[in-house]
Amino acid sequence: MKITRKEFLKISGACLVAFSGKKALAVLESPAQSQDSPAAAGKLHKQLGMIIDTRKCAKDQGCTKCIEACNKAHNIPDFQNEAHRIEWIWKRPFGDLFSSYETQYLETSLKDEPTPVLCNHCDNPPCVRVCPTGATWKREEDGIVMMDWHRCIGCRYCMAACPYGARSFNWVDPRPHVADLNPDYPTRTRGVVEKCTFCSERLAKGQLPACVEACTEKALVFGDVNDPKSEIRQVLAKNYTLRRRAELGTGPNIYYLI
Amino acid sequence: MRDRVWIVTGLLLFLGFVTYPVWHDLVAHATSRPPDLVLPANEKQCVAPVSYMRTSHMQLLLEWRQSVVRENKQKYVAFNGKVYDMSLTGTCLKCHDRKEFCVRCHDYAGVRTPYCWDCHLDPAQFKRSAR
Repeated sequence: MKITRKEFLKISGACLVAFSGKKALAVLESPAQSQDSPAAAGKLHKQLGMIIDTRKCAKDQGCTKCIEACNKAHNIPDFQNEAHRIEWIWKRPFGDLFSSYETQYLETSLKDEPTPVLCNHCDNPPCVRVCPTGATWKREEDGIVMMDWHRCIGCRYCMAACPYGARSFNWVDPRPHVADLNPDYPTRTRGVVEKCTFCSERLAKGQLPACVEACTEKALVFGDVNDPKSEIRQVLAKNYTLRRRAELGTGPNIYYLI
Repeated sequence: MRDRVWIVTGLLLFLGFVTYPVWHDLVAHATSRPPDLVLPANEKQCVAPVSYMRTSHMQLLLEWRQSVVRENKQKYVAFNGKVYDMSLTGTCLKCHDRKEFCVRCHDYAGVRTPYCWDCHLDPAQFKRSAR
């Protein structure tokens, strides 16, 4: 069989288009984060998460038991200067947290309701992706977004990457500002980023996170969202819940029951 | 021979200068004896043999830190089969006093105090300040 130069070029061109087209399609079809997400890769056995029942939480709007318990357990300093504030769990008006759900006519009581906020321990945490030292990582056995303060160099890339503002930076030495030091937990130093770790130190002892334990209204439900038999999954199956900015593809694991 | 005075004076000054550390320590009653470390009363054996701890405790601490923080392993099985919690403040400082043990030896050896204590809290200091 004889082939002309023109035909040869045509066939090679067609092959090139077919080959590159297939690759392009594969990229477009797969969800953008699937390669990085341990959950999608099937590596995670367990993913710890939390439900915040805003109806129960709203029974006492001035209640700060969860926040106080966390602050006490983790030596969180009390800064009067808002720019220096360190927060692992704190309260924000519901309307601020869920601005994309907000309509002009959002129930006023709901809009202004102080709602607990903490790290979402995302399936695909952007903070982990940008950390240059591996000081923050997604723990494979339970999906907690962990922190190693020994390694944090304070570059604050993670703070820029987190769409939830869940991380705080120590602008000044926090130790003198902790009123009641807990000797069982370290403080941090100036120049280190910190955030909620789902009380990994308590979980290691078989205890629940301090905030969950402190909530008298039982508004916080904690457990493994990958286990269909867990309490958290039972609540999720029976109720409509919201997650903050889930459309970003981060896979947040804090659910809000409204 | 006219320079004898100068030569002798110079030599004496030189000798004095070279031997300065010796007589300075004699005058200051300094001693080169290592500090008598206070050993824990209620424990006979550390988590590893003394010779290992003396040379490699920093290595052990780094391994503990790696295990607890990054690998979520909390228990350490010692050479003699005893199981310990891997905790600087909970296990090490339960027996050893930071000031009497860690700091004294580090001072003697001229080793810069590591920055462990910038974050980790010394339980003994707590008891003292609580009183």
